[in-house]
Amino acid sequence: MDPAGRRSVVDVALHDQAVVMAEAATRAKVLGRLRLGDAVFRHTTRAAAIGVLALLSAVIVSLIAGSVPAVRTFGFGFLLSESWNPVTDKFGALPAIYGTIVTSFIAMLIAIPVGLMIAFFLTELCPQWVRRPIGIAIELLAGIPSIIYGIWGLFVFAPFLQETLQPFLINTLGNLPWIGSLFAGPPYGIGMLTSGLILAIMVLPFITSISRDVFEAVPSVLKEAAYGLGCTTWEVVRNVVLPYTRVGVIGGVMLALGRALGETMAVTFVIGNAHRISASILAPGTTISATIANEFTEAVGDLYTSALIELGLILFVITFIVLAIARYLLLRIERRIG
Amino acid sequence: MPDQVFATRYSARRHRNIAASALALAATAFGLGWLVLILGALLWQGFSGLSVAVFTKMTPPPGSAGGLLNPIVGSLVLTVIAVVIGTPIGILAGTYMAEYGRYDRLTSVVRFINDILLSAPSIVVGLFIYEIMVAPMGHFSGWAGGVALSVLVIPVVVRTTEDMLALVPNALREAATSIGLPRSLSITRICYRAARAGMVTGVLLAVARISGETAPLLFTSLNNQFWSTDLNQPISSLPVVIFQFALSPYHDWQALAWTGALIITLAVLALSIGARALVSTGKQS
Repeated sequence: MDPAGRRSVVDVALHDQAVVMAEAATRAKVLGRLRLGDAVFRHTTRAAAIGVLALLSAVIVSLIAGSVPAVRTFGFGFLLSESWNPVTDKFGALPAIYGTIVTSFIAMLIAIPVGLMIAFFLTELCPQWVRRPIGIAIELLAGIPSIIYGIWGLFVFAPFLQETLQPFLINTLGNLPWIGSLFAGPPYGIGMLTSGLILAIMVLPFITSISRDVFEAVPSVLKEAAYGLGCTTWEVVRNVVLPYTRVGVIGGVMLALGRALGETMAVTFVIGNAHRISASILAPGTTISATIANEFTEAVGDLYTSALIELGLILFVITFIVLAIARYLLLRIERRIG
Repeated sequence: MPDQVFATRYSARRHRNIAASALALAATAFGLGWLVLILGALLWQGFSGLSVAVFTKMTPPPGSAGGLLNPIVGSLVLTVIAVVIGTPIGILAGTYMAEYGRYDRLTSVVRFINDILLSAPSIVVGLFIYEIMVAPMGHFSGWAGGVALSVLVIPVVVRTTEDMLALVPNALREAATSIGLPRSLSITRICYRAARAGMVTGVLLAVARISGETAPLLFTSLNNQFWSTDLNQPISSLPVVIFQFALSPYHDWQALAWTGALIITLAVLALSIGARALVSTGKQS
């Protein structure tokens, strides 16, 4: 290494300066400078850390400030109104909130069991040597930008659904009493079901990778004890691994839910952007993020813009709560596993 | 209980186990299937459009030939701005959390908030930058787009910097202090060097994350059909062009959108694989 490293730093600095003055005075000066540099660095890093907090506060404050005109005009009714008419300046958030929740619900309904089963396969069943490649491949799914899901969903997936799954659903489940209305109407291809399915593919990697990590952290003694009693692999996972990791799995699910609620581009392509609440999940709808993405640049008038910003605020508050719960749960299991 | 009951129960349990295992295998095939389908569609649709013209010509009006030069350059410019703004802030904040305030209350609060910012919806970031930059300035601009992306860079870099500095052995810090190195120099000269591979990985991951981001750009940098590197003007970017072209009714625009999508995906995959390789070589040495 650097031979200078063996001397004291002050000496090195003195040496570098080609000392002219009396050594004692210069030594004090260099020391002072180092001390100053130290303090400056320390406070700069601290300021940056506080800056991260300030960033979040600034986001919230700016959204609140931007939505003041809409809040003043529509009040609490904004959350419950179904109308969305830029011409008469009547805006309500209910269809967008409804669409956001329905698409995310469909996504979670599919992604949770599939994600957990993949984690089960990766930790208990699959041979050691394919574990890493499959894990990486699943995580690559998470790396694909959402706009890619969008363009693929619009040109490949939606037409495919229109010709296969949707007519099938309409002809079978659509005729049943009770749930029939969920699957009524013509097969558009695009719509809430399609968006939910694409969201499911997008959040799958989050659920899989977090559940895999917490599954792996289960002490082998527990699993071996269960095997010793004669449990099958599935019984071990079902009765030992899952209960032990429940908090972490729920944390991962909430994290995925946060993603699904806020996802914009993939949904914007395939949701259909229709401001109405349909009983059928095959019908086009809209979500909060898709509404903002589609309409914000075209919004004329302060009230229209403000209504869209208020939608953004609602979305941010919902995802903030979901993500905060997710982080809290994950923190708890991290502490327990150590 | 007679043996027969035991035997049937046992075989029922065994069958349930086999069924569950088969389901797990099917789920994995299902998950990997999407990756294959999406990448396959991208290659199939995008590869045919890939030519020199894509990298040398401007975006065309509908009905004529053209390329993606201005959006590619615009995306690069926006990414550079985002990295230049976001990386220092992220590294400094991560440094405080790992070095100075490892056991502080402030650190745990910042970590919590940072993790939330990490997965916060990016469209909200776009609204935020619109409120603080576009609206006061009165026009869309490249600067606003770059700043919006930098807001997405910061949490990624904070997270990896903190994690990587936490892995640096304390013996190195003690050795640095014992030769009289001030704290700031021991961090910048010793700890940063030890954690360099991981920190670079963080930046690469951040670039991978923002290079496909569309939502925060829609109403910050907007789009520009023409060649422009003036950062006070709207600037074109690859994701926004893909969005616009894919939703257009023109077939040649849609083809260009597919090609752009292929370019972005290849870049993102290369970045994330590169980041992975960097981490694994860092671990070995």
